[in-house]
Amino acid sequence: MKTSYRTAVHDALRDAFRDDPRVVLMGEDVGRYGGTYAASKGLLAEFGPERVRDTPLSELGFVGIGIGAALNGLRPIVEVMTVNFSLLALDQIVNTAAALRHMSGGQFSVPLVVRMATGAGRQLAAQHSHSLEPWYAHIPGIKVVAPATVEDAYGMLGPALADPDPVVIFEHVQLYNTSADVEALTPTDISRAAVRRSGTDVTLVAYGGSLGKALDAANELSLAGIDCEVIDLRVLRPLDDDTILESVRKTHRAVVIDEAWRTGSFAAEIMARVMEGAFYDLDAPVARVCSAEVPIPYAKHLEQAALPQTEAIVTAVQGLFGEQP
Amino acid sequence: MIEFKMPALGADMDEGTLDEWLVKPGDKVTRGQIVAVVETTKAAVEIECWQEGTVSELIVPVGETVQVGTVLATLAASGEPAEEQPRRRSRPARPAKKPASAPSGPRATRTPPAVPQHRRWVSPAARRLAQSLGVNVDTISGTGPQGSVIISDVEQAADSKTTLTKPRTKPAASDRAAQMRKSIAAAMGRSKREIPHYYLVDEIILDAALSWLIARNAQRSIDERVLPAALLLKAVGVAAQRFGEFNGFWRDDGFQPASGVHVGVGISLRGGGLVAPAIHDVPEKKLGELMDDLSDLVARARSFSLRSSEMSDPTITVTNLGDQGVEAVFGIIYPPQVALVGFGRPTQQVRAIDGGIRIVSAVQATLAADHRASDGHRGALFLSAINELLQEPDLLEK
Repeated sequence: MKTSYRTAVHDALRDAFRDDPRVVLMGEDVGRYGGTYAASKGLLAEFGPERVRDTPLSELGFVGIGIGAALNGLRPIVEVMTVNFSLLALDQIVNTAAALRHMSGGQFSVPLVVRMATGAGRQLAAQHSHSLEPWYAHIPGIKVVAPATVEDAYGMLGPALADPDPVVIFEHVQLYNTSADVEALTPTDISRAAVRRSGTDVTLVAYGGSLGKALDAANELSLAGIDCEVIDLRVLRPLDDDTILESVRKTHRAVVIDEAWRTGSFAAEIMARVMEGAFYDLDAPVARVCSAEVPIPYAKHLEQAALPQTEAIVTAVQGLFGEQP
Repeated sequence: MIEFKMPALGADMDEGTLDEWLVKPGDKVTRGQIVAVVETTKAAVEIECWQEGTVSELIVPVGETVQVGTVLATLAASGEPAEEQPRRRSRPARPAKKPASAPSGPRATRTPPAVPQHRRWVSPAARRLAQSLGVNVDTISGTGPQGSVIISDVEQAADSKTTLTKPRTKPAASDRAAQMRKSIAAAMGRSKREIPHYYLVDEIILDAALSWLIARNAQRSIDERVLPAALLLKAVGVAAQRFGEFNGFWRDDGFQPASGVHVGVGISLRGGGLVAPAIHDVPEKKLGELMDDLSDLVARARSFSLRSSEMSDPTITVTNLGDQGVEAVFGIIYPPQVALVGFGRPTQQVRAIDGGIRIVSAVQATLAADHRASDGHRGALFLSAINELLQEPDLLEK
């Protein structure tokens, strides 16, 4: 059955509502409008305004309400329209939600789920298009996940709601319209990275919106005789080092693809871990493909030029092979 | 009694080494079943048997090198009672060709590494491997990024050390490379001696094909996506079906059209050399199938595991050197075929179209054809048919 990523997110929300009366949804336009990305269409009608709440345009306010609701026994899902806007709620997420368990000596937990869109490619310019999920991955006390497949778009919400601590889910805007043949949508996990294509010559590490580009590049490179293994990180915090290192020990080469900027990036973190954990297995320097260091442009050709593209990944991989193959 | 013989897996093959039997006496064999693996200069090829029956006797033992046409095994046709002969003790096998005792091929001629200005660049993994194999990295040439010594360099160096002392059961990669060079030399030499080639070139504007492909792929999951290479193959296949004089063989002073269109795909191999195994029945295949076949074929060609029908069946060949950055390729026909279509690198070009100036993506398509089998007039029509098909890519989806 062909299922879209958007439908998977929607069905995950609906099923969570049906399974647990403590689940509520809050955010800008999630109710009457059905969600900026139409992920919550029909939920207001089915579950009523008690559980599906449109909020004022105040991220600081409604994320804070979500934390309070979580502390008092609900299982709130808060939707923030884009990661750019979530900076207005950083204080709530970083200083409060992430820290409460630790500051209270374990007396309080915050079982909050924050969903937000991230990434570029829809000509929404610099206020809506950045990939700031690495900032969140920096923060101890929260889990950060990035579903890149239809299966995970559905499957990660269940375990995120079951987690006693805050979980932030990043949905790349370019993924909503993608679809895949899925037999049945079931809960997945929020702990491990996944090998999406196995190969022997080089490891491509990607997540979220970059996974498809990495797989495309792997396809193309296979015709040039380079057999790529592609890892979908899935969970940015806590990072699943084992899957990455095991792969690099096998392939001896790695390229990290990250739509965020290069400086101080999550790609840098992965490269550092490869260096720490698999230095003596490396047969070439670790490479990365990131976005150009500019606020993401509005003009389509400039936007596309700023983002990691399949060709750039292919070139980066070929650069690791010298004279061969 | 059916005799199963060593097949000719290309014009340039005159002998092969039996690597492995996949059947034993008493086994039933169905049409198209893979029954043995034969080592040729190009690859370890899985040999299919095209007759049905029950294996009576395996005559050629593993490891033996025999001429094309030698009976490898006998089969009892279905219906015929399988002979229960006592199995002959196999003759002492002539050992498979051993690599010469001196390291052969490119390694022998490689110049000693130049003294680098900096500390010798050796990848961490290569350095560790060299230590465990007792190889001195300072004596090895690096082929990695920036000339660094990488794992495969160390392995090669260690390999050449051991070939001096230990006999090997299989031809070493470099041995294979040298032999492949020889067989390419033989086939291409024959081609240029015997085939009066004529060459045509046409610029194909790919805008329609590429934008159609992007739109097509956008609606599909990653593993269903198709690369331009598959579209080009399909176009050549469909055109070859319409222009039969480019699809077939020149044999015994006459042209024999082939019944199906089996497009040979030029695939360069690691360590040098190339093969051009066939994708069968290209015009009948859906684009997605063709893409799967292409990926599968490339992977198996590079791991040296092709099937006999793929090696012997191509009726026309396509070579694509676009990835290597050249604009056009004028190919040499692989005998006894009579045509080869080449594609270069798609580039952006400024073109005057319908009275306006446009920037288009274009590729140089070339045809090398055998003048004994066809004339330039038909060649031109054939090449423009490929062009026209690529202007209406949805006709190629099927």
